[in-house]
Amino acid sequence: MATVTRPLAAEDVWATRKPRSLWGDAWRQFRRHRMAMAGLVVFVFLALASVFGPSVYTADPREIDYLSFQQGPSVAHPFGTDNLGRDMLARSLVGGRISIAVGVAAMLVAITVGALVGALSGFFSKADGPLMRLTDLFLAVPPLPVLMLVIFLFRDPLRAAMGPVAGIFVLTVVVIGLLTWMPVARLVRAAFLSLKQRDFVVAARSVGVRDTGLIFRHILPNAMSPILVAGTLAVGAAIITESALSFLGLGFPPDEPTWGRLLFEAQLYLDFAPHMAIFPGLLIFLAVISINYVGDGLRDALDPRKTG
Amino acid sequence: MGKYILRRLLISVPTLLVISVVLFTILALAPGDPMAQFALNPEVPPEVRERVKASLGLDQPLHIRYLKWLGGIVQGDFGFSFATRGPVTDLILQRLPNTLAVLGVAYVIAVLLAIPIGIVSAVRRYSLFDYSATTFAFIGISVPTFFTGLVLIIVFSVKLKWFPFLYDSRLVVSDLQSLGQQIRQSIMPIAVLTFFNAAQLTRYVRAEMLENLPQDYVRTARAKGLPEVPVIARHVLRNSLIPVVTLIALGVPTIFTGAIITEQIFAIPGLGHLLVKSIFETDTPVVLAITFMFAILVVTFNLLADVIYAALDPRIKYG
Amino acid sequence: MTRRWRIALAVGLVAGLVAGACAPTTTPGSTTAPGTQAPGTQATTRGQGGELRLVWWQGPTILNPHLSQGTKDYDAARLVLEPLAAIGPDGKPVARLAAEVPTQANGGFSSDGKTVTWKLRTGVKWSDGSDFTADDVVFTHKYMSDPATAATTSGNTKNVDKVEKVDASTVRVTFKAATFNPYQIFTGPQGMIIQEKQFKDFTGAKAKDAPGNQNPIGTGPYKVSQFKSNDVVVYEINTTYREATKPFFKTVTFKTTSAADASARAVLQTGDADYAWNMQVPAATLKQMAEGGRGEIVTSPSSNVERLLLNRADPRAPGDARSEPNTKHPFLSDLNVRKALAMASNRKAVVDSVYAGLTGGVTCNIVEGVPSMTSKNTANMDVCKFDLAAANKLLDDAGWVKGADGIRAKGGVKMEIVYATTINAVRQATQAIIKSDWEKLGIKVELKSVDAGIFFSSDVANPDTAAKFFFDVEMFTNNSSEPDYQVYLANWITDEIPTRAKQWRGGNYERYSNPAYDALFKELAGAIDPAKRAELTIKMNDLLVQDVVVIPLVARTQPTAAKAKDLKGILPNPWDSDVWNIADWTK
Repeated sequence: MATVTRPLAAEDVWATRKPRSLWGDAWRQFRRHRMAMAGLVVFVFLALASVFGPSVYTADPREIDYLSFQQGPSVAHPFGTDNLGRDMLARSLVGGRISIAVGVAAMLVAITVGALVGALSGFFSKADGPLMRLTDLFLAVPPLPVLMLVIFLFRDPLRAAMGPVAGIFVLTVVVIGLLTWMPVARLVRAAFLSLKQRDFVVAARSVGVRDTGLIFRHILPNAMSPILVAGTLAVGAAIITESALSFLGLGFPPDEPTWGRLLFEAQLYLDFAPHMAIFPGLLIFLAVISINYVGDGLRDALDPRKTG
Repeated sequence: MGKYILRRLLISVPTLLVISVVLFTILALAPGDPMAQFALNPEVPPEVRERVKASLGLDQPLHIRYLKWLGGIVQGDFGFSFATRGPVTDLILQRLPNTLAVLGVAYVIAVLLAIPIGIVSAVRRYSLFDYSATTFAFIGISVPTFFTGLVLIIVFSVKLKWFPFLYDSRLVVSDLQSLGQQIRQSIMPIAVLTFFNAAQLTRYVRAEMLENLPQDYVRTARAKGLPEVPVIARHVLRNSLIPVVTLIALGVPTIFTGAIITEQIFAIPGLGHLLVKSIFETDTPVVLAITFMFAILVVTFNLLADVIYAALDPRIKYG
Repeated sequence: MTRRWRIALAVGLVAGLVAGACAPTTTPGSTTAPGTQAPGTQATTRGQGGELRLVWWQGPTILNPHLSQGTKDYDAARLVLEPLAAIGPDGKPVARLAAEVPTQANGGFSSDGKTVTWKLRTGVKWSDGSDFTADDVVFTHKYMSDPATAATTSGNTKNVDKVEKVDASTVRVTFKAATFNPYQIFTGPQGMIIQEKQFKDFTGAKAKDAPGNQNPIGTGPYKVSQFKSNDVVVYEINTTYREATKPFFKTVTFKTTSAADASARAVLQTGDADYAWNMQVPAATLKQMAEGGRGEIVTSPSSNVERLLLNRADPRAPGDARSEPNTKHPFLSDLNVRKALAMASNRKAVVDSVYAGLTGGVTCNIVEGVPSMTSKNTANMDVCKFDLAAANKLLDDAGWVKGADGIRAKGGVKMEIVYATTINAVRQATQAIIKSDWEKLGIKVELKSVDAGIFFSSDVANPDTAAKFFFDVEMFTNNSSEPDYQVYLANWITDEIPTRAKQWRGGNYERYSNPAYDALFKELAGAIDPAKRAELTIKMNDLLVQDVVVIPLVARTQPTAAKAKDLKGILPNPWDSDVWNIADWTK
């Protein structure tokens, strides 16, 4: 939107004077939300553990120990060992890096694209048709062949440019994001269709608020709840999808542990080495549920009715 | 509204054409080989493999293959499967009942469970009920279906021996006894899918209810002294249903393409199973048929959702 | 008979068995005389048993074996259709529709090696009541060899000049050139005879319309009563089957499970099935499941060898030169490097921890499965002994020195390996073990796994195929489809090198070119005497191992199946279908 003079000035006032107190308010609200704070603490802990854990807990996640296959949790191996005697705690710590990063990044891609397409489509009647037909197209194409095609077209160039892990990371995130934004778009559009006719929007429009202002300052905050739910669900889905990709040979190298991959590998041993599944499963659960409560708190904190 | 629906129906024809071109191109370019099984077999030398591929029409240029395919579709002919050398339509019709009997049922149960759970969760927010519902929902979201399925198999088939875990598609439900058998063989996959679908849906219902509960009109209605239940049922729920309708409209078509992993675990010969097998074996006519059918459903159900929005919220106007 | 699962799967020699000791593990001995009962089975009456439940994790899609898409189709068809002779567990033919196996001794195989005369069993009836005659055999050849039919079995007709009816029960096959193998057509899974009456109007382009593709009329113990593609086949007894007391089971269901672990569970844990094909499950899991006591694992030594292939060409060469035979691998072209890699490959660890001594045994031979052709020389070669210290020394001496990053390099060339294989829990565990030892040498190893369908695809647009070999090292299993290794050993001759110009056709994925090997192959191709052939086979095997063209790792069992404890009569057979003797199965 090429807004130049007056509206910019009006927004400027908003942007320079108010936000500090808006975000301050939100943070105050958020801190009061016990579950949200608990969620934040757990999530930050998981993230820190993944990043710094391996330098504290120094067991080698790839070291094969022929004498201790599939042992249950013990002092030497708090999470037990896997089918090649590798330490599950070390693998879980390292695995968290990719899983959390992929989960969060793919979620951001999905909800950003989804919210943008949904908002434009719901707000501008002219854009609705083309954008929603595009959404239909994305929904209709089966992911598996697309994945194979995309990976074969772009994997080698990206790998050459960024290395095997970083290249695949970008590819995985973009691919998962681009395959999962459609429900968000449909949800946001539905919310926009309903909200844009409401009194407060009509009122804002009548006092000269421009389209961008209407979309981002007035309507979008009221359409946050489906976005936040979708975002929370997307993190869990992305963590699982990542491992499915690597199982198709399309993701990270097979010896790169991720939570999803550890869980996948554990299924063949579920009867007699359940610990191989329980720990990574629990970590995914904790990550997703903690993000959910953070989202819950965020929604309450940003709710105009509560702060305003 | 009538005009809008008509216009959308007309647009859906070019939309589906574009989708079919994209599908066809992707499938043609994606790697794969229907003869890969014989790659190392000296008794099936490369020239034999090439000859077989030519007999399947794979030696023709892409646009010719597309036009042939399109010509068939217009006449309702989905072509021949590379794997069975029989009509694709037969394969799909053979599998549709199994898919509907398991996935359809699971989806209906999931919707029927998720809506009330979501409502109660929102109304009694941060109650014991809400916490348990949230925990269960997040187990459902963070634990993939292959895993829940496996746990059920180990508990109910291996340890307790209550249910068989290989689905028998030959079973015809004709009396109470066969109905019992059908329930026994489908209860585990239905449970897995219900859990998974309900877990997601209940989160949206809860969030949307929470969004609408503090709205002014609810306060007004309450202030007028209306009892709680009608307020929720008539006002809050109605306004919370739009995202639920959206999600159900997105979900119904996926019933037809199957729940790939669940179908595999329980050996249910459904459409998802067929789709994945066909993708891996590069049985392109089957993949095309299923995905094109899915595309039609997506377009139809999204149109349906748009119509329902307008019914739920009279303020919604389509330009 | 080569099967994707032989290639793509994790199976091997039973540990403890000396490589090449060819005794099936559940049932000793083998049957050669037709109609002989398998040891351990009693005389039975037809249809006395109830339902036999088989589970395969790949589903049959077509029951005409000549249009088959894989082993599953051959297996499902085999209950109904029969070849003239099956191939027994010892690699020798066992007469089925033939009255006897033609040999030079009985005059069936001409002394010039050009014609073979099959005497057919008389009185055999098709399941529709009509007589089986020489016409059906002649027709089957016509069907297979018609290019327009595009039969997947047409490779069997390649060397056949003509097939003629001598009389109603005699057929003569004339080969284009003298051959040592008279059984190259009409035997085993690819040799099943179809009924002329049912298929005569469906040859060429009409082949796909044949009703017989879904419901073939056969001479075997069963006939199809229901067939749902990729789901289930139900069979009932063929009342015209020639052996009056067989088969034992009244009905057979052939169900698709889509996952090997589900199949294993159904037989070993829940009893939902009696026999499960191809246990592509980590051996530790199989062992644990079998501990329940419901079922047991069926294995047999075979010619399957899981091996590492070392690329002689340069997979990093720019553009179209990638892995072309005129390029040279920067370090794998150095024999000392290849030797070091071989000496750092811990076979025993792989077999003990991944194959659990159940589904495979240690081997350093590329030719396995037939004792008389299996080399005993390799065991003493230094490249066959795991010795990290010696491997390190070899690299040091060859001038490959460790840099600051711990990775060996020479002349600016770093030792970095991309090591690819198919997606499979057993393979990924093997990769992890090999990688951990190679990295101890100061070699950087990047693992890669590719879906088997893509890896073995002949799609020229696809960069991840085994034939293109755009990696440094790749791993899979190959085997000989017959108890003679000539066709298999052709995989290392210069003519077989895949190139871009040849659209990557050819089995010499390593791009190995050695005039000495080519000369040995030529000698083998001309040799008729079995002793001479065995000697040459062993010589070629030793050369490949000594020159570290490949690194053999595991001799895998084949088949590796699971069966219910009370199921009897199974004769595991590496050369033919799992159900090759299903008429003899009892409970």
